[in-house]
Amino acid sequence: MLRGVSLELAAGQVVHIAGSNGVGKTTLLRVLAGLLTAEQGGVSWQGRPVTASFEVYAATLAYLGHSDALKADFTARENLRHEVGLRRDVTPAEIDDALARVGLAGCRDLPARVLSAGQRRRLAMARVMLSAASLWILDEPFTNLDHVGVVLLSGVIAEQLDAGGAVIIAAHQPPAIPRHTVRCVELV
Amino acid sequence: MMQTSITQAMALIYRGDLILAFRRWEQIAQPVVFLAMVTTLVPLALSPELGELREIAGGVLWIAALLAALLGLEFLYRSDHADGTLEQMLLSGQPLALIALAKTAAHWTASGLPLVLVSPLLAVGLGVPADALVVLMTSLALGTGILSSLGAVGAALTLGLRRGSVLLSLLVLPLAMPALIFGARAVDMAIHGEVARGPLLLLGAMFVLSLTLSPMAVAAALRISQE
Repeated sequence: MLRGVSLELAAGQVVHIAGSNGVGKTTLLRVLAGLLTAEQGGVSWQGRPVTASFEVYAATLAYLGHSDALKADFTARENLRHEVGLRRDVTPAEIDDALARVGLAGCRDLPARVLSAGQRRRLAMARVMLSAASLWILDEPFTNLDHVGVVLLSGVIAEQLDAGGAVIIAAHQPPAIPRHTVRCVELV
Repeated sequence: MMQTSITQAMALIYRGDLILAFRRWEQIAQPVVFLAMVTTLVPLALSPELGELREIAGGVLWIAALLAALLGLEFLYRSDHADGTLEQMLLSGQPLALIALAKTAAHWTASGLPLVLVSPLLAVGLGVPADALVVLMTSLALGTGILSSLGAVGAALTLGLRRGSVLLSLLVLPLAMPALIFGARAVDMAIHGEVARGPLLLLGAMFVLSLTLSPMAVAAALRISQE
């Protein structure tokens, strides 16, 4: 599906993966996240192939896929506690902070199934923020978000870059990240 | 900021899965209702004579329990696969085999353990003497444990397939046959007042084997399911 793709990313950089529907943006992101194995070629992190110690690589990575990866029967808080808790010790105060940050303070004890699509996307974004990962791989992160949500998310991405993180975004619209230039890679 | 240890992660998975199971309590109730229905129907269809029922009680209880435990298996990874939390589990940086073990344990607690707990009640209705109840419960605890372990492999292998549940039964039931043979035999021996140590030990050995090997197979199957 993908052929001749080469990409290098340094700390503090953001890459926008563009391309028409079905061209392989999601496939590329899944290969980068280590969920799919490339038939040829490979992915290296800090100079070492990620397959060498996949658990170590996965722990430095936050992936936001097409689905929000939320349990419908868990509340917003429980979703964050169970998903972020798998990676690191997370305190209830940190969770409440993150929920307030993405504008879900009023919904924190509601089950995810009653949240709107945009609110679910915000909750998924809170999970990425709390993951303390240095590499964020975001597949269509702006889907279902309103204008305020898009601005908020762009600000969060800018902070991750300021802190020395790296971000890969697949999206149809070029994202506007404050204080940072977005490098665009177009798949054809 | 501390990275979560694997024991903490396993506890989190185990507790989370149990909370979810209780919020969808019909998944817990369904196998128990199935077991109760089958064992109640047997006297109606065959004979209400306790002496006759006692002769077949071990086999009936074991077959019903095995099929009841099979009912809940397909739920083990299906919702995780559908809502995307499985991807997050794979990317959590924790050893996948141990995560799978915690999920199997939670599944057994929610679907196997209730069967073990109601079995004495149903066994008495089939004329099983009180002395044989401990053997019955022990054999069913090991048997449902074996089925949960084997079933987890089947559930992981059939993820993402359409009509996967049919394939799941075909994959798992033949592997569970040895457990059925020795489990039903153990209960039968106990009903007739014999010592059931031999078949129980064999059942225990099968349990240890499936419990230790299945997490690795599940982990490999879950990785493949993402392709």
